Amino acid sequence: MDKIRESLLKKSIASKIERRGKIISLICLALIVGVVFLIFYFVASRGLATFFQNHVNLWQFLSGTQWNPGTTGTNGQPAVGALPMIVGSFLITILSALIATPFAIGTAVFMTEISPRRGAKILRPVTELLVGIPSVVYGFIGLQVVVPFVRHTFGGSGYGILSGTFVLFVMILPTVTSMSADALNAVPRYYREASLALGATRWQTIYKVVLRAAIPGMLTAIVFGMARAFGEALAVQMVIGNATLLPQNLVSPASTLTSILTMGIGNTVMGSLQNNALWSLAMILLLMSLVFNLAIRYIGRKGKLSNER
Amino acid sequence: MADNSMTTDQRNILKFDPKDHEIALSTEDLHVFYGKSEAISEGDLQFERYKISALIGPSGSGKSTYLRSLNRMNDRIATVKGKIMYRGLDINSNDIDVYEMRRHIGMVFQRPNPFAKSIYENIAFALRQRGVNKKQDLDEIVERSLRQAAMWDQVKDDLNKSALALSGGQQQRLCIARAIAIKPDILLLDEPASALDPVSTSQIEDTLLELKQNYTIIIVTHNMQQASRISDYTAFFNLGKVLEYAETGDIFTNPQVDLTNDYISGNFG
Repeated sequence: MDKIRESLLKKSIASKIERRGKIISLICLALIVGVVFLIFYFVASRGLATFFQNHVNLWQFLSGTQWNPGTTGTNGQPAVGALPMIVGSFLITILSALIATPFAIGTAVFMTEISPRRGAKILRPVTELLVGIPSVVYGFIGLQVVVPFVRHTFGGSGYGILSGTFVLFVMILPTVTSMSADALNAVPRYYREASLALGATRWQTIYKVVLRAAIPGMLTAIVFGMARAFGEALAVQMVIGNATLLPQNLVSPASTLTSILTMGIGNTVMGSLQNNALWSLAMILLLMSLVFNLAIRYIGRKGKLSNER
Repeated sequence: MADNSMTTDQRNILKFDPKDHEIALSTEDLHVFYGKSEAISEGDLQFERYKISALIGPSGSGKSTYLRSLNRMNDRIATVKGKIMYRGLDINSNDIDVYEMRRHIGMVFQRPNPFAKSIYENIAFALRQRGVNKKQDLDEIVERSLRQAAMWDQVKDDLNKSALALSGGQQQRLCIARAIAIKPDILLLDEPASALDPVSTSQIEDTLLELKQNYTIIIVTHNMQQASRISDYTAFFNLGKVLEYAETGDIFTNPQVDLTNDYISGNFG
């Protein structure tokens, strides 16, 4: 009996190992959280310097249309109006999501409902392959194929929002498709059975039951695609023209937050207004990705509520 | 399972005299295959109109497979060979409009499966697909179906609440109401009470006895007391074959096949 008592009071090796494991995983977690926190801090401290050190008016930064840091604009203030880039980023994101959504849903429905076997065997691996293609490849194809195509068909130089939209459409399509397919797959089989047993056709079942039940998941997929489109830099930069002007139409050269960032960040001196203004752009990007993230979480939670009790 | 190679030859299948009994549905030489393995090797049954017929048997005996074949819910899952006769037509043929057929042969599943919609919309769903769109008609049918399923009084003030907020028993009765809203001829039920507590079970059973006046009911059940309580005829399945089919009273008091006797007295299964 005493041996058992002794062993109960002593920490066993197994419990020590468990403790060690817990500590290690906690350290990993803390490291990641720390990095995220530092990124936020760094971007914010640099980005806010534009407003606090260089005394740029926040409203003028967001609504100004002249972007030429280092010079003074017509109003005597530094010319750091980010509106052209903000508009460009949003336009390109929304347009590409608008075009990609119907294609993605159609493909996903085919993959999961109409031909699940071929979907699982061929379509899914292909879409997943598309996700993995480096963005510079997309950008290069955009430069060589899409830009001339847009130039011939719609006029202009070919560089602009439209070309960027086409390139991003292809880039986000696989993401939205495979996430939509996941959402459709997650619809319980008994929903379909219930609908079919009531004499509904397959199309009625897909349209009225399966798609309805998958709406939250598909919204998440679309927002995810938008987040990717918003943050994409390289491919867009290659086809959009990079003129810091408010886009007059879809084929006039424009720019996005990301394209101006990648173009400019190497050419400025740390601490200068030119540099700080770019950090402010980065801050907007970061805030937007935060918004997208929150939207995804919010939709996901709402979806869970409406699909369960 | 005991070696029953001796006894599987023993069979006792009731055949109705069409003069005295109206037959709603019958199967002739039905075989069901999952890939290459045969789940149902012989299924010859006749189901009388406005009666409850129960299918009993141990797990894996093929009774659910058989039931699901009757309104072709197995179409994309298994291969069904043989004839399923309904109103003089073989509904297991390619000429049949499956969706139209399911309107006449409805089904309720083991697990309550309401849609994530309101109670009202759950019932209106199939009606809208059929082109019933007038609010007045819909209201009327929703009320009638819920009354028939004996739940109108409980939910009449909550028709717009989510069906998922109902209890399991209520959900299952909603599924029954949903199935009868399109006025089928025949109602197939796949262990409708196996996921429910005793009180809900007895309510479902009362509902079925009530529905018997207007519907032909075929029910798969694991629960032998349930079969004896509510059914008029009982078929005993074992290893993909119907071994005995007779009036329920006879099956439970005087089974002709040894294996049936073993099963209902709890010796196996």
